Amino acid sequence: MKMSGAQMVCEAIIAEGVKTVFGYPGGAIMHVYDEIFKQGSFEHILTRHEQAAVHAADGYARATGEVGVAMVTSGPGFTNAVTGLATAYMDSIAMVVISGQVPLSLIGTDGFQEIDAVGISRPCTKHNYLVRSLEDLPRILKEAFYIARSGRPGPVLVDIPKDITVDIGEFVYPQSVSIPSYKPIYKGNKRQIEKAVEAIKKAKKPLLYIGGGVVLSNAYELIRELAFKTQIPAVETLMARGVMGAENPLLLGMLGMHGNYASNMAMSETDLIISFGARFDDRVTGKLSEFAKYAEVIHIDIDPANIAKLVDVDYPIVGDVTEVVKEMLSMLDGINTDRYKVWREILRRYEDLHPLSYIDSDEVLKPQWIIERVGELVGEKAIITSDVGQHQMWAAQHYPFDRPRQWINSGGLGTMGFGFPAAMGVKRAFPEKIVINVTGDGSILMNVQELVTASEYKIPVINLILNNQFLGMVRQWQSFFYEKRFSETDLSFQPNWKLLAEACGGIGYDVTTKAQFDIALQDAISQNRVCFMNVAINRFENVLPMVPSGGALFNMMLPPKAENKGEK
Amino acid sequence: MATSKTLQDQNVRSVISVIVINESSVLARVSGLFAGRGYNIESLTVAPIPNSQTSRITIVTNGNIRTIEQITKQLHKLIPVYKVIEHQEMVEKEMVLVKFPLTENLSDISALCTAYNGGIVNVGAQMCITMITDEPSRVRHFIEATQRFHPLEIVRGGVVALEI
Repeated sequence: MKMSGAQMVCEAIIAEGVKTVFGYPGGAIMHVYDEIFKQGSFEHILTRHEQAAVHAADGYARATGEVGVAMVTSGPGFTNAVTGLATAYMDSIAMVVISGQVPLSLIGTDGFQEIDAVGISRPCTKHNYLVRSLEDLPRILKEAFYIARSGRPGPVLVDIPKDITVDIGEFVYPQSVSIPSYKPIYKGNKRQIEKAVEAIKKAKKPLLYIGGGVVLSNAYELIRELAFKTQIPAVETLMARGVMGAENPLLLGMLGMHGNYASNMAMSETDLIISFGARFDDRVTGKLSEFAKYAEVIHIDIDPANIAKLVDVDYPIVGDVTEVVKEMLSMLDGINTDRYKVWREILRRYEDLHPLSYIDSDEVLKPQWIIERVGELVGEKAIITSDVGQHQMWAAQHYPFDRPRQWINSGGLGTMGFGFPAAMGVKRAFPEKIVINVTGDGSILMNVQELVTASEYKIPVINLILNNQFLGMVRQWQSFFYEKRFSETDLSFQPNWKLLAEACGGIGYDVTTKAQFDIALQDAISQNRVCFMNVAINRFENVLPMVPSGGALFNMMLPPKAENKGEK
Repeated sequence: MATSKTLQDQNVRSVISVIVINESSVLARVSGLFAGRGYNIESLTVAPIPNSQTSRITIVTNGNIRTIEQITKQLHKLIPVYKVIEHQEMVEKEMVLVKFPLTENLSDISALCTAYNGGIVNVGAQMCITMITDEPSRVRHFIEATQRFHPLEIVRGGVVALEI
């Protein structure tokens, strides 16, 4: 069928089953937007900033497991999208971003709104394309979606010069993809898996180290089955919260810089790390030379480059977690779980010794209480997104996540301003869920313009602003490591959050007491409007435990002991 | 995690051949990877492989064992990279062009180049150009030896290698 390049873009989006596209038009992408106007198969959400469009598509992808799609114009439209691409890249999120480009004849002439998009995005995309002829376009679009979702997922940029969107050509969307140089490995090497299973059977203190790859691979049920079958304790990374389920007795909690005591001690004392889709990030390992000194390592990852990148690996297994765990399960029949009983008891004592705790107060709201309260009030009914900083860590530590894809945050890049647009993407995918963006008074302002988008499209996400009038995490470091010189972190000059929300068609709440919080949250849930819930919290609350940057994982600054708290 | 630190941290020289699909910006992807991740490039050569849709990039790099392993893995991750060969047993050659002033003794220069599998390839009014092709260590010796003839310009071609 003959059609324009712009039409081909729309046809590909439809063929890929995409229901929602987030974007922002401009000169170079106008022909595509003209075709979007004419079609009725997918909706387009006009965000108020390109970065937000990409984060929204990212949130959509993280919540659904499908490919998120965002569309931007050339030049500044594209450069605004770069943070979104990098965010998705660091967390391996499947996404296709389509950008307009100046016409082919103008490329290289410093034309209006021309920038080398593929050059800029090369280090922050899984792959990218500058389309150089219309005949290539259908294949490139097909490949983009395929590359984004296959293997280790990631964002793919397709940069399309304007004249190619205008030109008319024959369109046949390819049925399949053949890239001879790209063949992801899904099945793990059977011999390697057998060796790993032998190591598990011989270990005394094994530990399941669960990363975001388990979420991406949709392997959480298999991982839970493996844990149950072997009775091996588990720790989760920030990206894996929800995989084991908060109530799972084998889950020690989150490990790393703000992990709990038992998790970090387990990692420090284990004799066998069994790593599933985790990448030994510096925020997890602390000082590498002190990390898991007594452990052999089984490392399962779909990306060979992750294996032995930072720590030596004894049993490397390249493959999809789902496939590998399936194989493992069949080899683990009749495993003697008593073998690890002493180990479980040691860890239980660690849990009792220093549980995740904080001292609650009736005078001032504590952020940890807020998070726990949200968990009690909405729990599994909610999907939680977050920005970056203290609030993110409190949410990761204290929310009772009971399934993966319930916790959506920028882990690798740590992008402030991610949470709100991501929440919009999540809410669009799951309108029946309560979607709460746990944010701070710093982060929320980084994409505050999306209040307008959320109001226009009636995307009622709740922005829970844990307001300490500080860039809290930086302030915390300044308190600990910079002799309390609070350089440029005091945010006590604040907007009127309630009025700000209302000015954009949303609803605002100012909360200073526990009673107010309960009422405000219930009210916000019943409203069909985007909301800013400004919660005044203790200004100098710290995120604890904390492993000081560059320190050994077992050297934690511990939280003050509370009388009544003792949960993960 | 028993790591024998000394061995791990020792810098080794490594020759890596990368077979890539011929497409625009593939060289930028490869060189950008080295720049972005802080890997060294000692030399880099690239040319199409005859009768194919692929090109061969030969890179000489150095780093500790883990770094070299990461380089090969990261290269392989690039979508248009078809094959990565970390050479063990290889024939490794480099070409060098040197320009000498004609005030120097031509027969001495010619004898020197002959010793390194080369010779004089061009003689002009003021200068002559010689070419040699040899192994990298011998290339180094050759360049040292040329110094007494006051070379005007030296061009090294970068290493190419084939696994034996």
